[in-house]
Amino acid sequence: MTSRHTHSKRIEGLDKNVWVAFTSLAADPSVVNLGQGYPDIPPPSYVKQALAEAALVDRMNQYTRGFGHPSLVKALSQVYGKVYGRQIDPFKEILVTVGGYGSLFSTMQGLVEEGDEVIIIEPFFDCYVPMVRMAGAKPVLIPLRLVKVRKKTITSADWFLDPDELSTKFNSKTKAIIINTPNNPIGKVFTRDELQMIADLCIKHDTLCFSDEVYEWLVYRGHQHIKIATLPGMWDRTITISSAGKTFSVTGWKLGWSIGPEHLIKHLQTVMQNTLYTCPTPLQEAVAQGLLRNFDLMGQPECYFSSLAEELEGKRDRMAAIVKEAGMTPVIPEGGYFMLVDVTSLNQDLSHILDDEAYDYKFVKWMIKEKKLAAIPVTAFVGDESKKQFEKYIRLCFIKQDSTLDAAGEILKNWSKV
Amino acid sequence: MSLQRLTSSFVPTGLNSHNLAADYKAVNLGQGFPDFSPPKFVQEAFCKAVNGGPLMHQYTRAFGHPPLVKSLAKFFSRIVGHEIDPFEDILVTVGAYQALFCAFQALVDEGDEVIIVEPFFDCYQPMVKMAGGKAVYVPLRPKAEGKGVLSSGDWVLSAEELASKFTPRTKAIVINTPNNPLGKVYKAEELQMIADLCIKHDVLCISDEVYEWLTYDGVKHVKIASLPGMWERTITVGSGGKTFSATGWKVGWAISSGHIMKHMKAMHQMSVFDCATAAQEAVAQGFEREYELFGTPESYFQQLPAMLNHKRKKLASCLESVGLQPIMPEGGYFMITDISSVKVDFSDQSTEDEPYDFKFVKWLIKEKGLATIPVSAFYSSEHSKEFDKYVRFCFVKEDSTLDAAEDILRRISQ
Repeated sequence: MTSRHTHSKRIEGLDKNVWVAFTSLAADPSVVNLGQGYPDIPPPSYVKQALAEAALVDRMNQYTRGFGHPSLVKALSQVYGKVYGRQIDPFKEILVTVGGYGSLFSTMQGLVEEGDEVIIIEPFFDCYVPMVRMAGAKPVLIPLRLVKVRKKTITSADWFLDPDELSTKFNSKTKAIIINTPNNPIGKVFTRDELQMIADLCIKHDTLCFSDEVYEWLVYRGHQHIKIATLPGMWDRTITISSAGKTFSVTGWKLGWSIGPEHLIKHLQTVMQNTLYTCPTPLQEAVAQGLLRNFDLMGQPECYFSSLAEELEGKRDRMAAIVKEAGMTPVIPEGGYFMLVDVTSLNQDLSHILDDEAYDYKFVKWMIKEKKLAAIPVTAFVGDESKKQFEKYIRLCFIKQDSTLDAAGEILKNWSKV
Repeated sequence: MSLQRLTSSFVPTGLNSHNLAADYKAVNLGQGFPDFSPPKFVQEAFCKAVNGGPLMHQYTRAFGHPPLVKSLAKFFSRIVGHEIDPFEDILVTVGAYQALFCAFQALVDEGDEVIIVEPFFDCYQPMVKMAGGKAVYVPLRPKAEGKGVLSSGDWVLSAEELASKFTPRTKAIVINTPNNPLGKVYKAEELQMIADLCIKHDVLCISDEVYEWLTYDGVKHVKIASLPGMWERTITVGSGGKTFSATGWKVGWAISSGHIMKHMKAMHQMSVFDCATAAQEAVAQGFEREYELFGTPESYFQQLPAMLNHKRKKLASCLESVGLQPIMPEGGYFMITDISSVKVDFSDQSTEDEPYDFKFVKWLIKEKGLATIPVSAFYSSEHSKEFDKYVRFCFVKEDSTLDAAEDILRRISQ
């Protein structure tokens, strides 16, 4: 007997999800998984230790403050106060959420209204578009474009926003622009000038800026992570999103935070109190411990914020080398832990696959099945109009143990062998 | 924007009390959480998970960590009398709170009506609003006035009044059993009456059962999903926090038929995507242990209600001894008390426009150092005036906390 009732309109068309689809394919233990973005390297032991200790304290197993455990928001205020160069009120200008994802959700639900437009830069972390749509707003897409230069290696720095194209996307309905720096999947680290261009438009059109900076510490030599909220006129109109999972290699802790001015953060807090009320206590306590420890070490080589980036730079370079050896073209990322790989030169014939999917989806599914190597198709991160531009790219995650990268290397080395 | 639908004046009762109680260093019988630790076996399971392999600290399956959904399916299939599919019929959420949020967002549309039985856990109201739904209230009322010590079992729904609330626009009814704040445990016949109406009007039932293991005096918790015709239209919400006295872990779940669950899954993947791994692993271990010990004296699900029963009786006799009229709860960890016999001079001007029980609670915290929650906060504005002479006490506290509360109450009565 079926009910006359169906689902609410707000989730219409939002059931498909690239992670759900590809994680089950990659779950086969014989598959070398460079797909979903999580480390298979262990988190720092002191962070696990802090969690184990917190769980033994009675009070740490019960509800804490809804908008963020006091010791955590105070630690965040300290660390980010230093990074921003301003006083950040731990109780009014910070919200702790369920991962960076939860911050994105609270931001959209708290600040975006029906009929608004929100500018999203392609390629984008896949949840931005459905979250904007669920808030009743219209996503307005603009792609990063590869400016081909005559040189051997392509890097994420060769992908740009066209300033004229960008300014045409702003109008009186534009509520916000979402930026992601370092960018997932390309790895682009927006320069100060690029951020200034975006800031100028935000100020001119009185638009908000949602800045997803979950990979903020993972920036490689020669590049610097700049917070758009620190540019003149931007603090009052920016929500900056971060992630404990990405910061401390504990994606399974699902803790993140939003930092911004009180008049914006208070709306995110209202969403929080009506959606899940509070985040887990012992995890927040442990993250607070981790932050305080590294606050003291900031600027020194032992600081995890910089030591992880150093470790990953080596893996990045290794990954790029083995990809090239296999005849594919990597896009060397300036930040983050993903690498785009152009598979055009392989000329892999997939015409026997009759599914109506973009080339990269077919390629990745075929690669998982035939080569036992998992990646993520990049058209999952773009709108329909840009699919042709990106369908020869796959995304590889390199925050993996050397043995995993070696295994991927073996597969890639033997690629052309049947 | 869904937020526009919320009034800015709404502040959940838990939040408010937490802040005030802390400010005044009050003996806290307000917010509902234990002041004792979770049982050893579950704390050990958590430590074991934390020290487990690297995957314990990375993303797990979005809709629920496989060991957890499997142990929940195994455990609850036996109770509901229906084979629950761990991957199709269960969604793990950040506390029962987020399960409720997913249910409303996934299933309630603009203009849908949602029947809420009062007194209700305060979040139902804003969640229905945020989903664009219209809340329709129907109160539980005490059967007979002034008849000695009342039990929560004496508070009932009027069959006619309830039936009159169902219209062609009704999407769902929300029930909470055992009920917070009253402690009522709905009897099978009462659930059958609700079920009959759900089936007749083709309405969904959201059943918040977070206190399902806490029943006293041999009263049995009945799952409305186990009644004929209800599995396919009920969303049952549960809580690891309440089950294992670890509210700070924020592990909850919703169990429903796959055709409904798939919509809640879509909503979940759009809002938090997945839940923390280690805590899910620990709750899974907790359920594995309880599955083996179910019905035996070693079961935590026997021991916790036994321990709380002693505290329930202690609090009730203390309240009676100082001239208050508690309503003896059949379940849960709260007790409401009629405070109309207490004569208080409210000289605090700041609470002038507030309901009586709000004034009383603030006076009790500020002047006497005892935190409680005003019960009219659990009612719609339509009915709150009828119920503004009650406050809610939480008795899931160490005996020393209850003793301290008793001292304060004695001093008031003298």
